[in-house]
Formats: sequence, C-alpha cells, structure tokens
Amino acid sequence: MKAAVVTFPGSNRERDIARALKHASGVAPAMVWHAETDLPAGTDLVVLPGGFSYGDYLRCGAIAARSNIMAAVQAHAARGGLVLGVCNGFQILCEAQLLPGVLMRNDRLRFMCKRQNLRVERTDTAFTHRYAQGQVIDVCIAHGEGNWTADADAVARIEDKGLVAFRYCDANGVVSPETNCNGSVNSIAGIYSEKRNVLGMMPHPENLIDALVGGTDGRGLFESLASRMAA
Amino acid sequence: MKARVTVTLKTGVLDPQGKAIEGALSSLGVEGVTGVRQGKVFDIELAHTQPEAAQAALKDACERLLANTVIENYRVEILS
Repeated sequence: MKAAVVTFPGSNRERDIARALKHASGVAPAMVWHAETDLPAGTDLVVLPGGFSYGDYLRCGAIAARSNIMAAVQAHAARGGLVLGVCNGFQILCEAQLLPGVLMRNDRLRFMCKRQNLRVERTDTAFTHRYAQGQVIDVCIAHGEGNWTADADAVARIEDKGLVAFRYCDANGVVSPETNCNGSVNSIAGIYSEKRNVLGMMPHPENLIDALVGGTDGRGLFESLASRMAA
Repeated sequence: MKARVTVTLKTGVLDPQGKAIEGALSSLGVEGVTGVRQGKVFDIELAHTQPEAAQAALKDACERLLANTVIENYRVEILS
C-alpha cells in the first residue's frame, strides 16, 4: 500500500494515522506538507488527519481545503484514488466539496471527547470490508463541530444511494436520538462519495488500534485499506 | 476602495451559537430579544478603482472562500 498523510498547520493526529497505517500494512506512509503541489508518485490512499488546521479560522477546514495540495487530492479522487478524512479531515473534505454537506457546531454546544459506538452501514467498500454488516464498533470521538447537515435533496441522495458509512448508535447497534452525540442528520458519523472512493468520518478509528490503549475496533478500517491495496 | 462583506446563516439553518447568545441576553435581563443569529463581517480593502471590478472580485471571494454557500448567504457593500 502506498499511502500519503497530508499535514496542515494545526493538524495534530497525523502521527496516529501514520502509526495505524503502518500497523496494518507494514509500510510507513509518506508525510506530505500542505504546501506541496503533488502527491508522491503511485499514491493509492491519501489521508487528511484530524486536528485544528489553521486554528479553525473562518470555518473548520475552510482554509486547509484551499491549500496547494488539495488540487492534487481532488485530481487523485477524480481518478478513483482512495481518500480518507478523519475529524478535521472530514471537515476539509466537505469544504473542498469532495463530500456533500457541512459540519456544524455540535447541537449540545460542547466539545465531545468520549468513546462512541458506531454501526457499520456497508461492508462492500475499500474502507470497511474487514468489518461485518451492521457490526457495532467502539471508537472515539473528539470534536466540537461534528454536526453533519446538508439540504434535504443531498440527504435524500445520500440515503437512497447508500452512501452512509457509519451511524452513531448504542452498544446493540440501535440508532436513536439518545445515541446521536452531536445532532447530525440521521445520526450520520461518516459518508462516502458517489464512487465510494472518498470517506469522511468524524470519529477516530486510529485511536483504537492497540488493546493497551482501549481497544482494537479501529483496526478493521486500516486493515481493509491495506488488504485492498495489497491486492 | 473599501468594502464590507457580511456572511449570515441561511434561514432554517440551526445556529446554536446564536441560541446561546440569545439565552445570555435573556439572563442579563435585556428585554424584548426574540431571536439572535450570529454571522461574520469582513472589512476588505481593495486596489480596484471601479466598483464593478471590486464587486466581481468580492463575489469571487465569497463564493470560493468567505461563505460556505451550503449554509450561508453573503452580502457585499462597497463602502468608499
């Protein structure tokens, strides 16, 4: 697997993502500074990590979405290349219009930092084929602006085409207003692009790859990517 | 040339910050406030001498960066 992790001023989870990718694939990803104009030749997967790029100035992810490297990420995605955005990376993907909608302030107005169950909505993608359909995974959330919303047409399109990747749920996989930790439309925690080669998600699977620090439910995502690209 | 761009949330978009401010105004005893919507103001200086050219540049700025048109409207005023 040839992966590249983009680092913006204010990114802070790039090393965790790199560690998770190396753990799953045996190969350390290239670390790419946002001011670069090209991705390393042969890149299969681009990851936009979490953090607070540009201090969340203007809107979360807004300035990072207009940085040099994003033109290359856009071209990579248009070619069908894989792109993963986690947390601030998801916000950047929405701002760059690689994914629809926007991530607004959590409806409870608080920064949420806790363990959170997610339901895996489909397993026929490059990102999730190591999980079971409907599997409940226990990962972490850490965000103040994770309240995904879009206009009614965009929501209907995403639901009709099965582009929801994960939903916030309880330990039994039940999705309800009580388990919707930030107010997202339809408890959406992550979405795919139409070709399902771009995934944005607020939760942090990279936090949960080591039993010593809480669990391993995040491994499936990185192992899915690693095995898909090894093939 | 000076201009002011005002970016506001579209009608119907939830504004939790506005709600919190509304609650704070109420607890301060400010009477009669029935709604608050928070927005952003950008005071921008331009080298343009023609208002039309400035308007075009500011529209471009709004569409490409200053506003997220999924949730926000913008208004451009040429001040001087």
